[in-house]
Amino acid sequence: MENKTINQENENVVVFEKVTVRFGTHTALEDISLEIKKGLFITVVGPNGGGKTTFLKLILGLLEPTLGEVKVFGEKPLKNLTQAIGYVPQIKTFDRSFPALPIELVATGLTGNWIGILSKEQKRLALEALEQVGATNLAKKPLGKLSGGELQRIFLARSIIRKPRLLLLDEPASGIDVAGEMDFNNILEEYKKRQNATIIMITHDWESAYHHSDYVLLLNRVKICYDEPKKAFSEKWLRIAFGHLGHAHEMIFGVKNND
Amino acid sequence: MIDMLSMTFMQRALIAGLLVGFLGSYFGVFIVQRKMSFMGDGLAHAAFGGIALGLLLETEPMWIAVPFTLIISIGITLIRDKTSLEMDTSIGIFFALSVALGIIFISLRKHYTTDAFTYMFGSILSVNTSDLIISSIIVVISIVLSFKFWRKWAYATFDPELAKADKLNTKFDDYLLSALISISIVISIKLVGIVLIASFLVIPAASARLLSSTFFKMTILSVIFGLISSLVGLFLSYFLDLPSGATIILIQAIIFFIAMSLKK
Ligand SMILES: Nc1ncnc2c1ncn2[C@@H]1O[C@H](COP(=O)(O)OP(=O)(O)OP(=O)(O)O)[C@@H](O)[C@H]1O
Ligand SMILES: [Mg+2]
Repeated sequence: MENKTINQENENVVVFEKVTVRFGTHTALEDISLEIKKGLFITVVGPNGGGKTTFLKLILGLLEPTLGEVKVFGEKPLKNLTQAIGYVPQIKTFDRSFPALPIELVATGLTGNWIGILSKEQKRLALEALEQVGATNLAKKPLGKLSGGELQRIFLARSIIRKPRLLLLDEPASGIDVAGEMDFNNILEEYKKRQNATIIMITHDWESAYHHSDYVLLLNRVKICYDEPKKAFSEKWLRIAFGHLGHAHEMIFGVKNND
Repeated sequence: MIDMLSMTFMQRALIAGLLVGFLGSYFGVFIVQRKMSFMGDGLAHAAFGGIALGLLLETEPMWIAVPFTLIISIGITLIRDKTSLEMDTSIGIFFALSVALGIIFISLRKHYTTDAFTYMFGSILSVNTSDLIISSIIVVISIVLSFKFWRKWAYATFDPELAKADKLNTKFDDYLLSALISISIVISIKLVGIVLIASFLVIPAASARLLSSTFFKMTILSVIFGLISSLVGLFLSYFLDLPSGATIILIQAIIFFIAMSLKK
């Protein structure tokens, strides 16, 4: 893994081939074909209900495509990819009444299972991961008492503790303040460099997508575009993806695009 | 004390009490954290249908009640999985159906005896050796399985989506948990009674939750509370000549209120 050749650099981490997902009669994703190369920071942008979470769940193997095929590291998902993939879920699923400490949640990233009593080594690794996301101070605070942003850091620590080659994040920045978000993005970029990892992040924050990602996937049921941020955040594509909201891009990117 | 222990029915009651106390408080932590408290009540009443059928057929009611309750617990989980109905709705439907069946079965019996009443409120006197053997087997099975499954159940209790993302077979794990809970409930009925059984699943676990920072501590503490309540409750019920199930629950409730005051 250390001496990477040009070939490996071009390795496809995720491949979608004519993928369609239907829930009953509702089509969440339609005819998506896509190749994501190794070592890139991808952001996925699109309106609510545009199929972004569905897209991630296909990669995780939590959902099967109705039509077409998904391959991750050249294999069908759900086949021993646990160690290679880290996942930060959309936060709403979390149950605050469950008695647990952040350090325990982080350690589940190691074993893929809940742990009764942490070993010394597991504790050390969990603390190390917490340190990487700047959350050492939260290690022993009850999970139920953390703020949304603090919790997101814990989930991030949990996802990087096994040093995955592919990191999937579902709106990790929701509930994080501006300074915290810049910090969060820097942590991700640093992780990507250190592990030569691929990152796929869903976000509603166009500005951070614009600045931090190598490629942007605009998704609204169909693949609208998969391109560099400068091209993806053009008025044309945004208008197709978001309808009338597309003009908002001028407010955010107008100046930068004219550079 | 020695005198009392030498009395076989009291020995049986103590062993039964500890077994039932263990099962309720161990599985209770999952019931409480998964917000399935209603499940205990639902399954106990499902068991009533099975017991009534057993009485009607004049066989050992437990042999009918165990499979009957198992089928109902699978039915409850199936309805939740296959329809958009919530678990409590699904439980409510089977709850009513089982009680209705039970009442019809009992009304069909030619001669009326008081044993149906025993099952409603529980009695030490009704616990026989074969009950103890069945309960012991279940306890041993749960202890053995819990080494393998506690982690999985705990993880899926915390967040089923995460557990699935980590490739746990949460469906199978859930059915196994429901099955073990159903069997535990049925074998607790003779001692505790249908009406009060849910508290065995809920009160020790709830007390433990108040005092625990981790789910592991909660599990250990819940089992300790469950065992202490059964022991103290049974002695009290013997000396004060009170019904066993109700007395044990009084002790569970006292522990709960102490836990609450410790929590401040
Ligand atoms: N399990 C499901 N059953 C039925 N419909 C679903 C299911 N999951 C998603 N959908 C539907 O598929 C569509 C895409 O959902 P998805 O969660 O992927 O959107 P999203 O882009 O992540 O939205 P958001 O920005 O709100 O998180 C939505 O219309 C949603 O209602
Ligand atoms: Mg989503």
